[in-house]
Amino acid sequence: MLELVIFSSLNGVLYGMLLFMLASGLTLIFSMMGVLNFAHASFYMLGAYFGFEISRRIGFWPGFVVAPLLVGAVGALVERYGLRQVHRHGHVAELLFTFGLAFVIEELVQMFWGKLPVDYRVPASLDFTAFTLFQTTYPAYRMFMLLVAVGMFVFLLAILTRTRVGLIIQAALTHPNTVAMLGHDVPRIFMMVFGVGSALAGLAGVIAGPALVTQPSMAALLGPILFVVVVVGGLGSLPGAFVASLLIGLIQTFAVAINLSLSDIFGPGGAALFGDLWQATVAQLAPVIPYLLLVLILIFRPTGLMGTRET
Amino acid sequence: MHRFWKRSILGMAAAGVMAWGAAAQDTIKIAYIDPLSGGGASIGEHGLKHFNYIADMVNAKGGVLGRKLEILPYDNKTNPQESLLQAQKAIDAGARILTQGNGSSVAAALSDFVAKHNERNPGKEVIYLNYAAVDPVLTNDKCNFWHFRWDANSDIKMEALTNFMKDRPAIKKIYLINQDYSFGQAVRSQAVTMLKAKRPDIQIVGDELHPLLRITDFAPYVAKIKASGADSVITGNWGQDMALLLKAAADAGLQVDWYTYYAGGAGGPTAIKQTGLSHRVFAIVEGHANVPHEAAQKTEADFRAKTGLGVWYPRVFNQMAMLVAAIEKAKSADPVKIGKALEGMEHATFTGGKGFMRADDHQFFQDMYIASFGPLEGGAKFDEEKTGWGWKTVGKIDTANTILPTTCKMQRPS
Repeated sequence: MLELVIFSSLNGVLYGMLLFMLASGLTLIFSMMGVLNFAHASFYMLGAYFGFEISRRIGFWPGFVVAPLLVGAVGALVERYGLRQVHRHGHVAELLFTFGLAFVIEELVQMFWGKLPVDYRVPASLDFTAFTLFQTTYPAYRMFMLLVAVGMFVFLLAILTRTRVGLIIQAALTHPNTVAMLGHDVPRIFMMVFGVGSALAGLAGVIAGPALVTQPSMAALLGPILFVVVVVGGLGSLPGAFVASLLIGLIQTFAVAINLSLSDIFGPGGAALFGDLWQATVAQLAPVIPYLLLVLILIFRPTGLMGTRET
Repeated sequence: MHRFWKRSILGMAAAGVMAWGAAAQDTIKIAYIDPLSGGGASIGEHGLKHFNYIADMVNAKGGVLGRKLEILPYDNKTNPQESLLQAQKAIDAGARILTQGNGSSVAAALSDFVAKHNERNPGKEVIYLNYAAVDPVLTNDKCNFWHFRWDANSDIKMEALTNFMKDRPAIKKIYLINQDYSFGQAVRSQAVTMLKAKRPDIQIVGDELHPLLRITDFAPYVAKIKASGADSVITGNWGQDMALLLKAAADAGLQVDWYTYYAGGAGGPTAIKQTGLSHRVFAIVEGHANVPHEAAQKTEADFRAKTGLGVWYPRVFNQMAMLVAAIEKAKSADPVKIGKALEGMEHATFTGGKGFMRADDHQFFQDMYIASFGPLEGGAKFDEEKTGWGWKTVGKIDTANTILPTTCKMQRPS
């Protein structure tokens, strides 16, 4: 039992941190520009594919550095020459723009790399067992993912709270007009934030690609859960996104480990009324639980766990 | 002016239809409706290679009744609704032979669709050749004349697997993990019933259903298997769900025996090699690369040279050979006649056994093999995915011993 708890916690935290790498960018972009970026998970996918392409030619480590920068550059370009043009037509247009962009990126990825999963391998230098506990091994690569995610969180937090740039960004979040009055180039800040947010998603893609599966549907698989994280955490709140990511990561992982069903708790009586739902175990319901949480949060606490404004 | 335009457009459309109709006469179109994107794509693409390879082979010999075979691929994304749209598209494009394999949920929808289509369009019937969807219901309660299946159904496979497990006393605790849809549920309930009858002492320590083709990280499930203390796992998983499950098991160093249907699919062999579980992963198949049958070995080598991958589906070779034989016997590619010719047809299978298409339910019966995966030995020639490991026969079930009764009440067109 203890063993299950420990490994479920590790897996849950890892998944949560991965979610956070994506959610942090998404929530920053939202709070600043008021745009819920539907294409955010696509930048994650681009990161994985860029990482794969570079690692195939030069090696994993150059890809680890270059791929996120490339994705960031793509993100910045998208903001500068796409989103900014659409901006004057209002939020709905922006929303539709990012929505369409997600499909365009998916199609492009399929054109370049095909529809099959690509063979993106864990680098040999990290392909060993980190530790063995209760005869279960834990791969070093997963520890590496965890470290990168934690490192990124600390870095982001430091920038936002300890530097002048962070100060301006925080100010621009709530009072963009005042910041512009003070002589700062707000559109450029927007572009930077969008670029950095995309780069973070790209970084998540580069490190998640080898551990999970690098395939054209990876964006669509992760996209919906990101919105859950952002809404549950509170739109625009970085600490909120952090807490929500970990929460959802842990909930999903632990839900898989729980075999209880309604009939175990209340007896088989309700089967007539509820049918199969009565027999379904928590483990079977695991994929639905985050969305259930989303609905509940929207009903009972529309600002999210740590947000300040209504979604 | 208006009328003029209307007429010329109608005229052009009619001419187009006629020209296209003439072209359709030239080839026998077979619509391949399977996942070519998403989680099932890796196996869908490979299945397509089988069909193209066989069509090329048949066409090189002059085709059937002087007509060439043409394979039309349609991507159904492993989704039943999407499959019906694609099937309609295929029929509109002139295909009257449909084939599909991945996903019994898709197969059930398709079988139903074909039956209804044929009822509404007499004279324009289509036939549905199923090469891999193994939910037993398709040849039992939900059977129909237009559906023919070449893979052994799930009950036959589980019967063979549990017979094999019966004589392995080391098995004490079993964990079941399957995909949450009709086929996964069939595997799970059959496993429970058959084990209870054959080995009541075996304890079932876990019975898991997970979402179909949506999981990218099986680590939480593997942690659970580990914690349950199971020594063996039974799974009907296929495609990405099999490969990723084995990959997560390799990462966690899970040491159990695996009794599977589809461990040989894309990515499976690589992951098994990584686990180091030599000859501890078993699969129930109708043939594998190292069955010592001369013609099969020759085809295997040629197939590998041309596609870069091994023959996963000996049954596709059986299916296509029997389709060609049926068309030749009926002297027509009309689906009604093909169907009647296929009923009861006997066939020397890809690996040299004797098989037959049972008329009662349109289930093909053939020799089945239980194979294990490990380092090549004893003159075996073919490894998988360049691992140096390959399949070895550890048990063979003759056709006669695979026959199970059916509840199908076949209704035939007059």
